[in-house]
Amino acid sequence: MMIGELEQYREVAPKGTIDFLRRLSDLVQGKQFLHVSAVRYGGGMAEILRRLVPVMKALGIEARWEVIAGTQEFADVTRRIADGLQGRPHTITNEMYATYLDITARNARALNLDADLVVVHDPQPAALIDHRKGGKWVWRCHLDMGRPYRSLWTLFRRHVVKYDAAIFSLPEFAQRLPIPKLLIYPSIDPLTEKNRELSRAEIAQGLDRLSIPKGKPILLQVARYDRFKDQLGTIRAYRIVKKHHNCRLVLAGSGVLHDPEGEAVLAEVQEAAGNDPDIHILQLPPEANREINVLQRAASIVVQKALKEGFGVAVSEAMWKGKPVIGGTAGGVSAQIVDGATGFIVHSVEGAAFRIRYLLSNPGVMTRMGATAKEHVRRNFLITRHLGDHLTLLKLLCSE
Amino acid sequence: MTTAGTDNPFRFLGCSEIQEILGKQAEDERTLAELLEEVPLDSIYFHTHSFFLRHRFIERTYPNDFAEWVGEQVRDHVLAERLSVVDPFEYSSLEALREDVVSLIDDHLSGLATVPRAGFGTPFYFSRSRILEIPTGWEVRTLREFRAAIAEVDVSVIYFHVFEAHLRLQREENDFSAWIRNGLQLSELADRMRALNPYLGSLERLRSNLLTMCDEQLAKGGQE
Repeated sequence: MMIGELEQYREVAPKGTIDFLRRLSDLVQGKQFLHVSAVRYGGGMAEILRRLVPVMKALGIEARWEVIAGTQEFADVTRRIADGLQGRPHTITNEMYATYLDITARNARALNLDADLVVVHDPQPAALIDHRKGGKWVWRCHLDMGRPYRSLWTLFRRHVVKYDAAIFSLPEFAQRLPIPKLLIYPSIDPLTEKNRELSRAEIAQGLDRLSIPKGKPILLQVARYDRFKDQLGTIRAYRIVKKHHNCRLVLAGSGVLHDPEGEAVLAEVQEAAGNDPDIHILQLPPEANREINVLQRAASIVVQKALKEGFGVAVSEAMWKGKPVIGGTAGGVSAQIVDGATGFIVHSVEGAAFRIRYLLSNPGVMTRMGATAKEHVRRNFLITRHLGDHLTLLKLLCSE
Repeated sequence: MTTAGTDNPFRFLGCSEIQEILGKQAEDERTLAELLEEVPLDSIYFHTHSFFLRHRFIERTYPNDFAEWVGEQVRDHVLAERLSVVDPFEYSSLEALREDVVSLIDDHLSGLATVPRAGFGTPFYFSRSRILEIPTGWEVRTLREFRAAIAEVDVSVIYFHVFEAHLRLQREENDFSAWIRNGLQLSELADRMRALNPYLGSLERLRSNLLTMCDEQLAKGGQE
């Protein structure tokens, strides 16, 4: 990405932001900023890094992104670690831990880890800190670590405490640590296929491809089929609303192939939907960014009423499309919704139904809330804010 | 009243904030008061002043994090309202502000049989600010240039010269009104800008008010 491409954000970022970022980058010219992660594709973190790193380069920062390599055994161990940090009762045997350290050491030899600031994402590459040669090192945790499985956290914590700081997405996701704990919210990129503007024709064609008829207000939930996402609760809320408003419910989630729990949840959701022709249950492939964009833009109201949630950046995605979002209190949902201004925070199925009815009965309020939601995201959850956070971090940590 | 610019230009500075989580949390109002006494002053700053930097567009029901938590999570509307009228601009230091907030909560609790707690709401998480000052490159010598810059700068510039100035300079004058008074010698306009209370709106509303004041002054004529 060249400087000209960075300028594309001038159209979507708040007033003065691009010039401000250039001035901020002047303070860290020539500094080396290295990201290390386990994957280059898939997941919100990789999506954002794919854009952040080139933009930082365009601003004169020597930004790089290294991805670790590993074996199947390593992938299995790190999956257990990630699950354990999120509270699942997994244990790591001495043999597993030795595999984790051994593959980490091999990566440390293969990768160039020299930089002024090294940001290591998530648990998979975290033990690279044991091979640090210089610079400041920060561990970026994208997981909800509010209640980790204790024995696993005790094992893993010994690596984390060697960092100069740790970054979390919400205060409640952090654990007690003797190093500074910083908070940086995730962000969305408004120029990607998932978030870019679509014409009316593109939206209409997209709905046709998904076999969603037009003519009724659409209530939408975008979430994988998982008990914590509470699609059943959303169906119950829809049924309450349906007595008063002729609307449609679209549940869109990624496929459940090789995921027995997801299959079970999907079956329950299909059973609950019965033969209601106005409930559409979609299984989308992970890369269905265009389809999600179409659905969010076609929807009247987006519901993200999960019982347990990470940051839930899908809330910002929907708000960016000018939609009011009705969400629960789990994870980062309530950090994104301004209750009564950009949508509503609800605590029950009935609460969700009431707010949906209220909005469907007051289209003017719905439009106004959607517009406010978009402006709220513009100022708080776009990649431009995220870029500013990273530049500030680079300056603050490397000046210490 | 001057008709030309000044030799003493106004240089606009912005700022960027990183939030540091302190790892201290309150689930009831007494714990909130106890922790308020021990957290660093940067935390008092974060929850009262830079609240506006984080909520720069949408005006919130309450003007600081303490009032917002008490009102929305504890649902103790009386204390939330009492905390809302604590105007940080009336305090000469963060320490004085801290003392008054603690004393206000203690006074409220002394009249209650039980300590209100968040219950189903989320705890109050204490954080503190790490603020980085950033030169914007904007430099102006006339009111017209000043107006043009205010319209275009990142909104953190407004925050820095109004909110930060209050603590940095330890005086009631903000950076804008000080320069308008001393640089442009427009004391009437300076008085109006000085009287702006930034705690009664968002930063964008503050920007809008500043622009209106500049426009009205420029409309009188004679100003460059």
